[in-house]
Amino acid sequence: MSIATRTARDTVEATTGITASDLTGRGRDRNVKSVLFLVALWFSLFFGVVVLIALIVDTVIKGAPRLDAELFTNYHSKISPDTTGFRAGILGSIWLMFATALLAIPLGMAAAIYLEEFANKRSRLHRVIDVNLQNLAAVPSVIYGMLAVAVLALFDPPFKGIVIGGALALALLILPVIIITTREAIRAVPQEIRQGSLALGATVWQTTWRNTLPSAVPGIATGTILGLSRAIGEAAPLLMLGVAMVRTDPTGLFDKVTALPIQIYNFSSEPNEAYQIASSAAIVILLAMILGMNALAIVIRNKFQKSW
Amino acid sequence: MAPTSTTTAGSPRPGVGLPVVPPDLNAKRRPGETVIKALLTLSALTSVAITFGIVFAVLAPAVDFFKEVPFTDFFATSDEPGAVSAAVLPLVVGTLITTVVALALAVPMGLGAAIYLSEYASPRARKWLKPTVELLAGVPSVVYGFFALFFVTPVVLQGWLGLDVNFTNSWAAGLVLGVMIIPTIASLSEDALSAVPHALRQGSLALGANRMQTTIRVVLPAALSGIAAAVVLGLSRAVGETMIVTMAGGSVKNMSLDPSEPHMTMTAFIATTAKGENPVGSVEYNALFAVAALLFVITFVINMVSIAIVRRFRQEY
Repeated sequence: MSIATRTARDTVEATTGITASDLTGRGRDRNVKSVLFLVALWFSLFFGVVVLIALIVDTVIKGAPRLDAELFTNYHSKISPDTTGFRAGILGSIWLMFATALLAIPLGMAAAIYLEEFANKRSRLHRVIDVNLQNLAAVPSVIYGMLAVAVLALFDPPFKGIVIGGALALALLILPVIIITTREAIRAVPQEIRQGSLALGATVWQTTWRNTLPSAVPGIATGTILGLSRAIGEAAPLLMLGVAMVRTDPTGLFDKVTALPIQIYNFSSEPNEAYQIASSAAIVILLAMILGMNALAIVIRNKFQKSW
Repeated sequence: MAPTSTTTAGSPRPGVGLPVVPPDLNAKRRPGETVIKALLTLSALTSVAITFGIVFAVLAPAVDFFKEVPFTDFFATSDEPGAVSAAVLPLVVGTLITTVVALALAVPMGLGAAIYLSEYASPRARKWLKPTVELLAGVPSVVYGFFALFFVTPVVLQGWLGLDVNFTNSWAAGLVLGVMIIPTIASLSEDALSAVPHALRQGSLALGANRMQTTIRVVLPAALSGIAAAVVLGLSRAVGETMIVTMAGGSVKNMSLDPSEPHMTMTAFIATTAKGENPVGSVEYNALFAVAALLFVITFVINMVSIAIVRRFRQEY
């Protein structure tokens, strides 16, 4: 605030008795009702966060005895629940994530580029695709699992529980997320950047590839990472595809695979408490992966976000 | 004042040397670019293809199912003894109960958080609080399910509150489901609230209202359509969520409306049936697709309502 406006404000305060907090309504927040209202707002804001903290604390305490090296190196075991491990699930989740990224990112980015840079925005087709994407983003994840089942059933014999099948379901699931966030990132690039390039005689595609996309990379990266962190925690579509507990490391796209969320789900129905403790430890690993990816996305957004 | 350059003697008349129509930037073709554009168009059309794929993948086995099982068995309140497990109404009731419990928690909490973020928080506080609330959406549903099963039911419901609930019950499933959809409602409502122009708030404040009155009587009504869309989207999420209700909600077809009893939802039925060993093409296996078709239709209608609300009632300020 400049000195001029500050003195002006002081004059107003001195002559009329109106303070800045009156102007925002803050000064009149002093009756019981509005204080209670504010407390209710605080409560609702912190309710979710408190549940999240309770979840993390409870899981870490329960899982602490099993946060050891065997958790990473051992396969799951029916004979010795005390040393059961999640090696297959951790490796499987990583495989699934990379295969999902390979399928979903190029397709999602291409669709977003078409919709933002090439499509005629007033055409009927554009509107249909637009509404359809919003709808796809809210389709239940089990349904995507069934779609992947139907696709894999086209092969003979139908594959069950392999990397590419799971990745297909997860890619379909996060495709709308990637398209929507990429579109927003592209839309945020100011028109002048495109116009400058077009004025020099570049084609629309040259402009997109050399000017628009590089400027939109931070936004696209953020959205993509958030999409993948959602994929890594999904269990329902994998369950539909018959992804079950296996005791092998995947070495290719057509190998049988398991995933951390599937292992956690299966252990949750085991009566032996040792499996519960092991699952808690596995949840800690899964949450660490997801929170790490979320943190990375936030860092990218804060560090590379441009204000034009 | 000097005359503008276009009227100065000796300068070309406007438009001379330039084509009369503005240049069509898409007219400059290079051989590879047609291919690129075709590929991009194809990618965008994939999303439509996925929808048709879903409809076909779910519908074809569902049609097979209805060839063998009459509609009356499907829309029955309980399974015939010895017959295929086809009755869908208990599953609808289960879905309804968990959804109602979830929304009863998520709507006030999500809306409260949204109001705080949009009307009360400083920009700096909002920058940190919003991602924190959104973290709730990043927790995998299988983790929430585990939490509901081994913490909410035994410790919170049976321990602290002393409720007489089953090991699996709709209270725990619904409440944890509610926590999961708080960010959906909070984030979208916050966008709607923030879109209300400041002039409206200033008008209210100038008349002597405080922040609570301004929020409740001016900002909330102005943002109502956006908030409605957020709630409807939250509803769609709650209906379609699978892992929490499968793990913590139980696997009993139950017509009772009491949330302390276990209920199987539509999604839980799909997940547990798919895990079973029914051969592909059998009636039991196809029952799965009949339920999935119903679920898809329900969520599709809800989503379309939400999209329509946003499109039709979006206020242009």
